[in-house]
Formats: sequence, structure tokens, C-alpha cells
Amino acid sequence: MSSEVKLDAKIPDGPLAEKWDRHQFNLKLVNPANKKKFQIIVVGTGLAGASAAATLAELGYNVKNFCIQDSPRRAHSIAAQGGINAAKNYANDGDSVWRLFYDTIKGGDFRAREGNVYRLAQLSCNIIDHCVAQGIPFARDYGGLLDNRSFGGAQVSRTFYAKGQTGQQLLLGAYSALMRQVATGKVTLFPRREMLDLVTVDGKARGIVTRNLITGDIETYDAHAVVLATGGYGNVFNLSTNAMASNVTAAFRAYKKGAYFANPCFTQIHPTCIPVHGTYQSKLTLMSESLRNDGRVWVPKKPGDKRRPAEIPESERDYFLENKYPSFGNLVPRDVASRNAKEQCDKGKGVGETGLAVYLDFADAIARDGEDVIAGKYGNLFEMYEKITGENPYKTPMMIYPAVHYTMGGLWVDYNLMSTIDGLFVLGEANFSDHGANRLGASALMQGLADGYFVIPYTIGGYLAGTEFADVNAAKTPEFAESVDAVQRRVDKFLSINGNRTVSEFHRELGLILWEHCGMSRNEEGLVKAKTLIQNLRREFWENVYIPGTGQDLNQSLENAGRVADYLEFGELMVNDALERKESCGCHFNTAYQTDENEAKRDDENFCHVAAWEYTGDDETPRFHKEPLVFENVELSQRSYK
Amino acid sequence: MISKTINLTLKVWRQNRSDKIGRLETYPAKDISVDMSFLEMLDVVNEDLTRQKKEPIAFDHDCREGICGMCGAVVNGRAHGHEKETTLCQLHMRHFSDGDTIVIEPWRARAFPLIKDLVVDRSALDKVIAAGGYISVNAGGAPDANSLPISRDVAEKAFNAAACIGCGACVAACPNASAMLFVSAKVSHLAALPQGKPEAARRAMAMVRQMDACGFGNCSNETECEAECPKGISIIEIARLNREYFKSEFA
Ligand SMILES: Cc1cc2nc3c(=O)[nH]c(=O)nc-3n(C[C@H](O)[C@H](O)[C@H](O)COP(=O)(O)OP(=O)(O)OC[C@H]3O[C@@H](n4cnc5c(N)ncnc54)[C@H](O)[C@@H]3O)c2cc1C
Ligand code: SF4
Ligand code: FES
Repeated sequence: MSSEVKLDAKIPDGPLAEKWDRHQFNLKLVNPANKKKFQIIVVGTGLAGASAAATLAELGYNVKNFCIQDSPRRAHSIAAQGGINAAKNYANDGDSVWRLFYDTIKGGDFRAREGNVYRLAQLSCNIIDHCVAQGIPFARDYGGLLDNRSFGGAQVSRTFYAKGQTGQQLLLGAYSALMRQVATGKVTLFPRREMLDLVTVDGKARGIVTRNLITGDIETYDAHAVVLATGGYGNVFNLSTNAMASNVTAAFRAYKKGAYFANPCFTQIHPTCIPVHGTYQSKLTLMSESLRNDGRVWVPKKPGDKRRPAEIPESERDYFLENKYPSFGNLVPRDVASRNAKEQCDKGKGVGETGLAVYLDFADAIARDGEDVIAGKYGNLFEMYEKITGENPYKTPMMIYPAVHYTMGGLWVDYNLMSTIDGLFVLGEANFSDHGANRLGASALMQGLADGYFVIPYTIGGYLAGTEFADVNAAKTPEFAESVDAVQRRVDKFLSINGNRTVSEFHRELGLILWEHCGMSRNEEGLVKAKTLIQNLRREFWENVYIPGTGQDLNQSLENAGRVADYLEFGELMVNDALERKESCGCHFNTAYQTDENEAKRDDENFCHVAAWEYTGDDETPRFHKEPLVFENVELSQRSYK
Repeated sequence: MISKTINLTLKVWRQNRSDKIGRLETYPAKDISVDMSFLEMLDVVNEDLTRQKKEPIAFDHDCREGICGMCGAVVNGRAHGHEKETTLCQLHMRHFSDGDTIVIEPWRARAFPLIKDLVVDRSALDKVIAAGGYISVNAGGAPDANSLPISRDVAEKAFNAAACIGCGACVAACPNASAMLFVSAKVSHLAALPQGKPEAARRAMAMVRQMDACGFGNCSNETECEAECPKGISIIEIARLNREYFKSEFA
């Protein structure tokens, strides 16, 4: 496989710290009076989508904003718990834009772009200012100033939070701003719509096709540019911490229309989730990583020790993260923490009924700070844990295990957040841009809001001002009708298969294949096997799935069928990507490539690049393209958190 | 893994948009693990229905963590079921007993038209927010976040009100189908903070007017809303709303 097209990330010239300023100055501006002549489609109302839609409307553009849920306020971002990073250095502990930049690049195991990440670190400060102005009730200290906590992969305190509900509060802020623009008429909302196709005209993104989830109508919408902020694809694994409607469909449909998919195998497995407890399980619940600030992770020293935690004396406990990584201790990055938990369980030291869990213990923190202080920081997380498991974490250690949580991979975008399709922009978790091979905690909220509030408003202007637009009308331009036909045929096909297995059965099976072979650790043999298994499963799906009900109605089985059908193709793309990357880096841990200390061993000579995949037809091998990563400001080093 | 299981009988409201009237259908829910959530129990029943080539029960849900506000149904006459401060997705089957019969119905309110089975249209709540549930600030011009100290108590008070998830259980629980608790939560969240003060009275007036326009009922202090709210929003917020509202009336 070789790469013919050179992917141009369009990183501006100049010193790192000046790139974004210079670029903003160089971007063409849309005359204020002309903004109202432009229509922009924003798909998604999470942090990225809602902030983009609101801000574009504030500038005067006309925005059509779509989401699957009944209200924009329910996007998956609402569930983010721990916090949002910003290089404010309010704690006076040595933080800076540079340090946040450096931590993010290093945390991502040197597989992200310097230019993008530096801009992200710069904008982080503006986000906090704006969110406070919106009335977001962040935690404060007794003097009334904003409080910070620390998070995995960093030695400074730079995470802003609102109890364990930071995502909720940030999203409600963005949602409020959005609803203010709905009231002005600048944003039209389209809830309970699922985007099922991207429409391109003359190579430019000019609209979308959606299914109205209540009436079943297939609808078309045109615009001058399309912004996808449709979130991550962690649910390809079936069990993940993502909300149930999170999907790859919007991004995958765009991929099929020519947008390259970057690093699809980079999926983050979060170390602190409530362990799986039954086959009926529908999702996994995250226990925020912020808990690792005060909780200590341990397992019994002796494999197979079935005593209750309180009966295991201090001397017979292995605080494996503290012992192995003395300087970061329990705060090592997620990939490191997850792999180590798995390693302990593989050695038979796992706890709980399934043996697939480790303890996260707050006894020392409670003894030190008192129950009130701990409740103030994590009260709602402790309550959630107790609701789900029936156990009280103030009294007995939590049990946790890694779970799929976040996808660093996503549609390839350049510095302007534009994909390989002109006029198609991708924001938030749906793009691949800033987190390399591993995302640090509290950085996704930062990225989503930076993209939406502060990047896209500029870069989309540059595109609109510098582009000639043909007349396009969803009701007349033939590309729309063709797309509607294709979507309708697919819906009809689903309903006509009339087989014997439910959609969830296929989803569960796919999830197990990927978890086993393309999860926390991978190897060539397993990946090759997974590929065949997925192909077989996909074939069976199209012959043997059963979907009840009709297309002209609210039909949740039909919705799921579309998402799972896309996962069955996308899963194979992940496997292809994992096979192609013959190194280990961050979350991508191929057992053939590890250091003597079992850490991911990168191959910078051959794999210091972004892998971007181009669709070439169903059942065809996608074409591989490389964007080389250039490091001018940081030195590539073996990550060490010792 | 072996955990305790129970058997239940469900009576579930079934109705299509086109049906004039709905009906309660009876379904068995067998071998339900007590570790399941209520929605996982419904998943199991739906898988059974699908295998029998029958249409599964439509219900709204998304996060399944008690935070998105998407889920909700009236369970044995109680919005989100009988557990205190718990959304339906966080209600676990260990709170039910073997042999129980469970009646499951949609939110019922004039402002929430039925879509299908347990799914209703709550877009009226978005309209109420659009009427004024925000601070009027555009991206770009904010001063440094620490230029405005806010005491911990005030931040806490604002946070408690801001915790509302917009699920609509308060409306479903209220004999008048009023959305007063929901409205008051947003009004007091923003009115508590210095940033939100300049618009506080106008906001209260606009949101209450919109609530009326959407067909929600009036508040007559029944306090059922507080009892059913999964996020523990207190009716003190309604008193705070009234304060802002009267200010606007006399302004
Ligand atoms: C439990 C949990 C806790 C987390 N905690 C943190 C944290 O503390 N800090 C942090 O930084 N990050 C955290 N994250 C990660 C972070 O929450 C997400 O990465 C981020 O919120 C994604 O935002 P988004 O706007 O890109 O997408 P989302 O919030 O996922 O929004 C996607 C939107 O797109 C819409 N959509 C999707 N597909 C379609 C379609 N086909 N048609 C129409 N609409 C569509 C959806 O309806 C939704 O509105 C957490 C994640 C999880 C799962
Ligand atoms: S006030 Fe409580 S019951 Fe009402 S919408 Fe908010 S969270 Fe739901
Ligand atoms: S599904 Fe989100 S609150 Fe219940």
C-alpha cells in the first residue's frame, strides 16, 4: 500500500506561538452584510455542535442544526463528568500554554500535530472566560475564585469542574446560547433527525439527507457548507461508556462520499468504569478519572485471594500503579492505567465475582480529608456507583475495570477543520485532530468547545469568502434525489430481510470480536482473524437480521439496524488500520512492539504519521494515505511516567 | 455470573400516533436479574417481543446514567418509579420483588403530546428555554474568568438549581401539569449569579409567559414535582422564581 495523494494539513508558517494569530489575520473575512446570505448545516448539538451553531448564528449566518435526541440538550456531551482543562495557571503551580501543549502531545504519544495542539492550548483559556460569562457554576474556593483539580497525565492542577457534572453544565451553557439564537430565528432546530447521507455537488458538501425519526420521512436540506459534530464511535464495541445513540453513521456516510477516515484504530479504553456484570448489559458506566486523584488503585498481592477487601491487610496489597510509576502514581495516563489493570487481572489478581476488576480505594483520602470533603468532590459519582452496584464506596472500595470510552480516530481534517471534501467541516470527537494516539482526561470538552466557539467561526468564514458557489436547491438539484433514493432503498432492504436474529445480537457479537482482537492489546494474528469474523458476521447480518415494524413510523429497531450495519463495515476499517500500524503507540498496543518494561514501543522512523483511509467501493480494500507528522518544537521521547 | 433473578408481569401502555386511544398490554418479564436497570429489563422484554416478530415497546433513553433527561415513564403511578431522586434508567430491579405487577405509562400532560407508546414530545420545554433561559453573551468578549469572584455558597446555590436535567417528570407528577419546577430551576440558577442578574426579572417574566403559552398548567403548590424530581430540585426554587417574577411585574 502506498500513498499517492499528499495530504496537506495547511498548518500556517511561522513560529508555533504565532501560527493561529497569523492565520486568523490571513483568512478572508465575510462582509457582515453578506453573512445572512449563507446557510450552514450543523449536524450535532453536543459541545462541539451546539457551540458552533450558536456562535455562527451570533455572527449572522443562518444555521440549521440537527440532532437525534428530542432536544439538543441531551447530546452525549451531557454525561462528561470530570472537568475541562485550561492553561490558566490559576493554581500558580507552573502551568502554561506551553505545558498544556506539551502534556497533550506527549500524552498522545507523539501522534498529533504540533500546530493544532498548540492552538488548542491557547484557546483553552478563552473557553473558561466565556463559560463563566454564560453562568456556568464551576466549583470555587472559599475566596470565590475558580477551583482546579488535577487529572491523569499531568502534574499541575488545571482542570476546571462543576462537581462531577462538568459536561452537563458546559453543554447546558452551549444549549442556552443555542436556544437564544433559535429565538432570534438565526438557528432552526431539527431534533429527532438522523443524518443518513451527505450530498456533494461538484465535489463540494452542499447538503444532507435525514430520516425524520418520528414520521419516517426521508428529508433533504441544502446549505453552503456542512459541519459534522456527530461525536465518537465507541459504540462499535457495543459496550462502552457512550450514550446509546452515539454512532459512526454520519461520519461513515461522509467517508463513503470521499472524506478520509483517520486513525480509526485509535480508541481509548478508560481505566475507571464499573465492571461488566451480565450479558443483558446495555452500557458501561464511567467513574470519572478525577477519582484517581484521591482513590488508590490496588489488588491483592496473592493471585486468587478471595477475601473481602477489608480483610486484606496493608502488607498484602499491591498498589501496582504507585509501585510501578512512583512519580505519577495513580495519575498515569489512561492507556497506561488500563493496560496495567488488565495485566493484574490476567495474572489472576483481579477481584470481584468475575475476577475482572481492581479496587479503587478512598479509605486513606477519607481518613485524611474527612467524608465531607470527599463528598463535596465526588458526591454524585459515589451515589451513582451505589445506585448501580448496591455498594457504598464510603465504606468499601469501589471495583473498577477498563471500558471503551473515547475515539481519537475520526474524519481527517486540516488545520481549518475541513475534511478532504470541500465545505465539509468536522468538529469535536468526530474529527481525529488533537489527541494523537491517546487523549488526556478533561481534554475532549476543551477541544469540542475550542472547535465550536473559537476555531470554526473563523475558518468557515475563510472558506465561504473564498469560494464560488453554484446554485443548489434540495428540491431540484438531482444529487439530492439520487441520495434520497439510495437511503430509501437501504431502509426498504432492512425491512425486507425478515431473518431470524435481532439487531442487538449482531451488535453484541461484533463488540466481542473487537474487544477481544482490536481492544486494549492487539496482535497480527488476532487482527487477521477478526477481519474474517467481521466479514462473516456482516454477510449474515444482511441475510438474517429481523427488523420489526415499518419505515413510516418511530422504529427504534430500524434506527439501530442502520447504525449496526455501518459498524459492521467500519469495524473492518479499524482492523485494517490496526494491521497497517506496525508499532505500538498510546492506545494502540501491539504485543509484538513493546519495551522491556511492557510499555508501548513506537517506531518513529516508519510510523510517525497519521493514517488516512479513502473509501474505494463496498468490499474493496480502502486506499491508504499518509500525513507525515513533523515535530519542530518538541523532541520525540519514549513516554515515561515513572 | 449468577445473580438473583425475579419474574414480573408488565402492563405497558401501547399507542401509535394514529391511534385515537391507547391500551395497556400485558407482557411477562422472566428471569430478570436484580442487577439490571429498569431500561435493561425493558430491553430484555423487547428482545423477546422481537423474536416473536412483534413490535417492541418504544421508549426514550440515551445516556442511561441519569444525566441526559431523555428517559422517563410513569411506573406504578410514580414518575420515574418509586425510588427517591432516581431516573428511570438508574432505577434498578433490586427494588422490585418476584411476582410484582408493574404498570408502565407515558408522561401525561397537555403540553407533551404522545408520539408512540412511552415516547412523548417534550419540545415545549425547549421553547420555554428559548424564551429567556440564558445570559445574553456572545462568544469572544468575556473578561478573565477570575475577574468576578463568586462566593462558594452562591456558586453552590446556582449549581443545585442548574442540576435540572429537563426530563419533565415534574410536569408528569403535577395534577395541573405545570412546568413551574423546571422553569424555576433555570430562573434561579441564573438569578443567583452576578452575571445573570441584569436580565433576571425579564427572564422570569418571559419564561413564565412561554410556559403558559405552551399549554402547561398553573402552579398551585401541590409539591408533587419536588417529590418526583430525580435531581432533587427543591420547591424553594419556585419561591425564588416568584420573587423575580414579581420584580418584573412591578418594574
Ligand atoms: C461518561 C463520559 C465522561 C466523560 N468525561 C469527560 C470529561 O470529564 N472531560 C472531557 O474532556 N471529556 C470527557 N468525556 C468525553 C467527552 O464527553 C466527549 O468526547 C465529548 O463530549 C464529545 O462531544 P461532541 O460534541 O463531539 O459529540 P457528542 O456530545 O457525542 O454529540 C454528538 C451529537 O451529534 C448528534 N448526532 C450523532 N449522529 C448523528 C446523526 N447521524 N444524525 C444527526 N445527529 C447526529 C447527536 O444527536 C448529538 O447531538 C467523557 C465521555 C464520556 C462517555
Ligand atoms: S425540575 Fe426535576 S423533574 Fe423537572 S425537569 Fe428538572 S430534573 Fe426533571
Ligand atoms: S437515559 Fe439519560 S437520564 Fe435516563
